[in-house]
Amino acid sequence: MIFLDLALKNLKVHWLRSFLAILGIIIGVLAIASMGILGHSISLLVANVISDVGDTVIVTPHVAAGGGFVGDPRVMVNARIPESDLDVIRKAAGQNRVIPILQRAEEVTFGDDSGYVTILGLPADEITFLLKIEDGQPLRENAPGCLVGHLLAREFRLNAGSRVSFGNQSIRISGVMEERGLAADINPDYAIVVTDRVFLDMFVQEKEYNQVIVKISDISQIDQVKEGIDRQLNRKETMVDITDSRDLLRQYDEIYDQIMTFLLGIGAISLVVAAVSILNVMIISVTERIHEVGILRSIGASRREILWMFLIEAITLGIIGSGIGGVLSIVGGYFISQVAIGVMTAGTTFGENASVFGPGSMIFIVGGILFGVIVSMLSGLYPAWQASRMTPIEALRHE
Amino acid sequence: MCGSDRGDRLVFLEKEMSTSPDGEAIIQFQDVTKIYPLPGGDVVALDHVSLDIFYGDFIAIMGPSGSGKSTLLNLMGCLDTPTSGRLFIKGRDVSSMSDEELTGLRRDHIGFIFQQFNLIPLLSALENVQYPLILKTGERTCTARCVEVLKSMDLEEPLYSHKPSELSGGQQQRVAIARSLVNDPEILLADEPTGNLDTKTGSSIMALLKDLNEQEKKTIIMVTHDPNVARFAHRTIRIVDGKII
Repeated sequence: MIFLDLALKNLKVHWLRSFLAILGIIIGVLAIASMGILGHSISLLVANVISDVGDTVIVTPHVAAGGGFVGDPRVMVNARIPESDLDVIRKAAGQNRVIPILQRAEEVTFGDDSGYVTILGLPADEITFLLKIEDGQPLRENAPGCLVGHLLAREFRLNAGSRVSFGNQSIRISGVMEERGLAADINPDYAIVVTDRVFLDMFVQEKEYNQVIVKISDISQIDQVKEGIDRQLNRKETMVDITDSRDLLRQYDEIYDQIMTFLLGIGAISLVVAAVSILNVMIISVTERIHEVGILRSIGASRREILWMFLIEAITLGIIGSGIGGVLSIVGGYFISQVAIGVMTAGTTFGENASVFGPGSMIFIVGGILFGVIVSMLSGLYPAWQASRMTPIEALRHE
Repeated sequence: MCGSDRGDRLVFLEKEMSTSPDGEAIIQFQDVTKIYPLPGGDVVALDHVSLDIFYGDFIAIMGPSGSGKSTLLNLMGCLDTPTSGRLFIKGRDVSSMSDEELTGLRRDHIGFIFQQFNLIPLLSALENVQYPLILKTGERTCTARCVEVLKSMDLEEPLYSHKPSELSGGQQQRVAIARSLVNDPEILLADEPTGNLDTKTGSSIMALLKDLNEQEKKTIIMVTHDPNVARFAHRTIRIVDGKII
């Protein structure tokens, strides 16, 4: 096609101008695709560590209710839900499973190593219900023993049969729990779990709970249960905070949407700048070739053919720029994701094996390329249309 | 010729054009006026002009600057349309034709030769000649016809790959004439074809046009200042202030 040929020749003659326009498109596509990939990778990372479904109601003591100054960290630690309130919650929850949780941080010794670890105390049958064992035996009601979280076990090379010491006692690890991920209720991956009886014996304390979980069997009842607890316990003053795991998912979705909009917005701005540069190049190209348009019209080129001639130039710039930008964004998106996730998870084993560059990222590359080509075409459209609209005699007279 | 007419849009032109209103006129002006509206007031470029040009004519249009001779030529070439009056080209009323039909008419039936040669600077001599043929057939392969036309213009083959900037004025005008002839039009319109050439080159170009008129029976209309050039024509039309005298 001679129009393509002429367009390419023209782009080649004005190579610096073409190169700059292409560079603009490359940067634009690179920005929008990398930002999309980054957002997608963050989403993959978080999805990897969130294991929740929306079936859990979490009741935690309202911090101000513990007495004392709210900002005092001891208030936080001291605020608990007493046994009497647990009964109220049980009543409000009806048939649904209510799991009271005891929790504290203790210094734990693993052979030569030691450190502060969260100790969770749960009723034995609830442990079986909530937590899966990947190695060893589940806890039995009366036998002393503990379960260790997946990440903790890995970090300190613990397995079933090893011993750990805390609270002045040496306890045998009866099993290692499966990785559970980030959840709204409890996060035992880095914790040690014992039965509530062992917990109370060891740390001599009142039967007061750090949180109470209600597992809802019929999701449609979730609001009803929350309202019930709220009505019973928060009648005079706010004693407990009640959330459910849907809130966590919703918050995560909202944050993800905001991050995504923000990132794509940055990309879009660069693409708009690129579009302006193509528009500029095309307006210059059309203006300095008006006389040529007159010649072509006089030897029999139609309006449509003139329109296409200039449009092909813009599309060629767009395709070359978007193609290169697309290829670069595969590399760029991968690195930006690695770096960002490296920063976000620095010092943890959190999401260590997460695949952060899934095939879903290709959508952003293909989308970025398409967007780049379309934007180039649109910015070529106006100058091309202007060139085609002129009468042959107007164009010929133009010097 | 290779390739066939692209699409059907031109076939009807061929049919209707075989009948002209009085049999012989290829171009007919009937009381044509052309007014250019300008901010400083309207300019009457052609004032009630009537004119018949016949098949095989060779006409020189002479007149002072601004007399309307270029306007006359532009109207014949369908680059512009009359403000009032009727203009028939090959029997069809130009004012009733769409932009697309006028484009087709220019492409297939009219060849333009300009004072400034007006070749496309980015294309070689051969590609310049090829252009109208590609517009007509939509194919790129027809180089034989282009080479044939370039040869008949006494241009040597090594020049075919040269860009216009690498050719002399006379050579450029020969390429331009080859371009105007490649689609085998009946009408050739020349606007000061020798205006940018020295006398010797000018007369060889004129000899070429005379030859095209006599051998190939092309109808040629030429605008010129130069009485020596006008002598090549069968008749001379003088125009002053938009009126033929």
